Amino acid sequence: MEKELYLSQHISQRFNAELEEIRNRVMKMGGLVEKQISHGMKALLTSDSELGELVSSTDYEINALEVDIDEECMQILARRQPAASDLRLIVTIIKTITDLERIGDEAEKLGRYSVLLADENTTPGHFVELRHLGEHVRRMLRDALDAFARLDVEAALRTIHDDELVNEEFDSISRQLITRMMEDPREIRNALRISWCARALERMGDHTKNICEYVVFLVQGKDIRHTSLEKMQESTGIDLGD
Amino acid sequence: MNQAVEFEEMEHEIVGTVGTPLVENPKMSTRNVDVFYGDKQAIFGVDLDIAENEVIALIGPSGCGKSTYLRCLNRMNDTIDICRVTGQLLLDDEDIYDKSMDPVLLRARVGMVFQKPNPFPKSIYDNVAYGPKLHGLASNRAELDEIVVTSLQKAGLFNEVKDRLDAPGTGLSGGQQQRLCIARTIAVSPEVILMDEPASALDPIATAVIEELIDELRTNFTIAIVTHSMQQAARVSQRTAYFHLGKLVEVGETNQIFTNPSHQLTENYITGRFG
Repeated sequence: MEKELYLSQHISQRFNAELEEIRNRVMKMGGLVEKQISHGMKALLTSDSELGELVSSTDYEINALEVDIDEECMQILARRQPAASDLRLIVTIIKTITDLERIGDEAEKLGRYSVLLADENTTPGHFVELRHLGEHVRRMLRDALDAFARLDVEAALRTIHDDELVNEEFDSISRQLITRMMEDPREIRNALRISWCARALERMGDHTKNICEYVVFLVQGKDIRHTSLEKMQESTGIDLGD
Repeated sequence: MNQAVEFEEMEHEIVGTVGTPLVENPKMSTRNVDVFYGDKQAIFGVDLDIAENEVIALIGPSGCGKSTYLRCLNRMNDTIDICRVTGQLLLDDEDIYDKSMDPVLLRARVGMVFQKPNPFPKSIYDNVAYGPKLHGLASNRAELDEIVVTSLQKAGLFNEVKDRLDAPGTGLSGGQQQRLCIARTIAVSPEVILMDEPASALDPIATAVIEELIDELRTNFTIAIVTHSMQQAARVSQRTAYFHLGKLVEVGETNQIFTNPSHQLTENYITGRFG
């Protein structure tokens, strides 16, 4: 029997409102993180140190939202003692915002390195791969947040699949940077900074993947963490077809 | 049946029981149990096993038949004239509705604790000694003393009342009275204890004491508990059975029922949603 996941319809209207509010705040936090990534990428690729500074100084907003949402979740646990899908929702949110906050930290790094790189007049703008990687990670995050909002397990699995491509792109950038460092040792410092940016993006992909795994837990009650994509498809009953 | 109920049934049709209602080597086993109050059917074809030394929680909205089902397990429904029970109900493979089964002896083997503490208007000692005396379980006063003390100890009440065993049982606090009733129940060495909302009239501290007690009693007894408190069911039981409109909707491991129930009706009930 297919069980539907309603996130409203509680007898307590106030509980409905609380859950709705808390989900909206997670989406708001996600939107903020997404904006930080695109600003960080733009600052990096256009040597815009002003924008880079802005990214560094905006991270506190994400942190503040994390603290607020955590507090709300704790209140709901204490007051409502949620069970079943409500319990899974609260657990999912608590874990999701931790990963969102970490993604925010990684985005902040993009801002910081972009300032340093701009100061040395090194624009990694010609790094098509880095631009791709940034775009890719940002899209992954958007898809993950959509999957959370729509309770869409298939979209979550597709996004998890995308993380493999992100990892491949990161490896490719690393190889190019190593070549560059070998060619010109004077470039090592900046090449390392670019490498850290790529690393930050790759980590964002991992955190986004975690969020997708929580979405599957929320919807199906299945814990698919630390399993292969094949196993994930098997246990969720969803075939990505590749 | 009123219209709302019919609508609900159409929305989520209850076809059989979801989950694992049957176990290997059950202590009590019930098959195709129907219960009628006069013309009105209260329970519809319930198949459910109760395993030895487990606590099974029976949950569901008011009027779902969980208490009625519980009362079938020691023939308490016999006391209601218009009540009729059909189907097979076994205790250790013995048919408890067989003509040869003496309901009084059955109730010594399958004891019951009620929602409201109901000590006899007698002393604490006599409350516990009553059953053993009735069933002739003690041959002398020393043996009877022994049974009373052990029962009070098992019920976690002895230390609080040891200096006033002659005081009236009705003078105890609500939580103590309920533990006195539990002591009275276990004094006749039952195999199964049925509890019908044993803590719903108690404060959180007394409730915690009773819940702790239930956990300890599980080593020696098999327990079926009806409760309206989801948290209590989640805390004390190993298996949970969800009843709805006289049907057994879902049975499963308590861990699973409260984190990821299979049936929509179970989910709606434990999360406080509209049917």
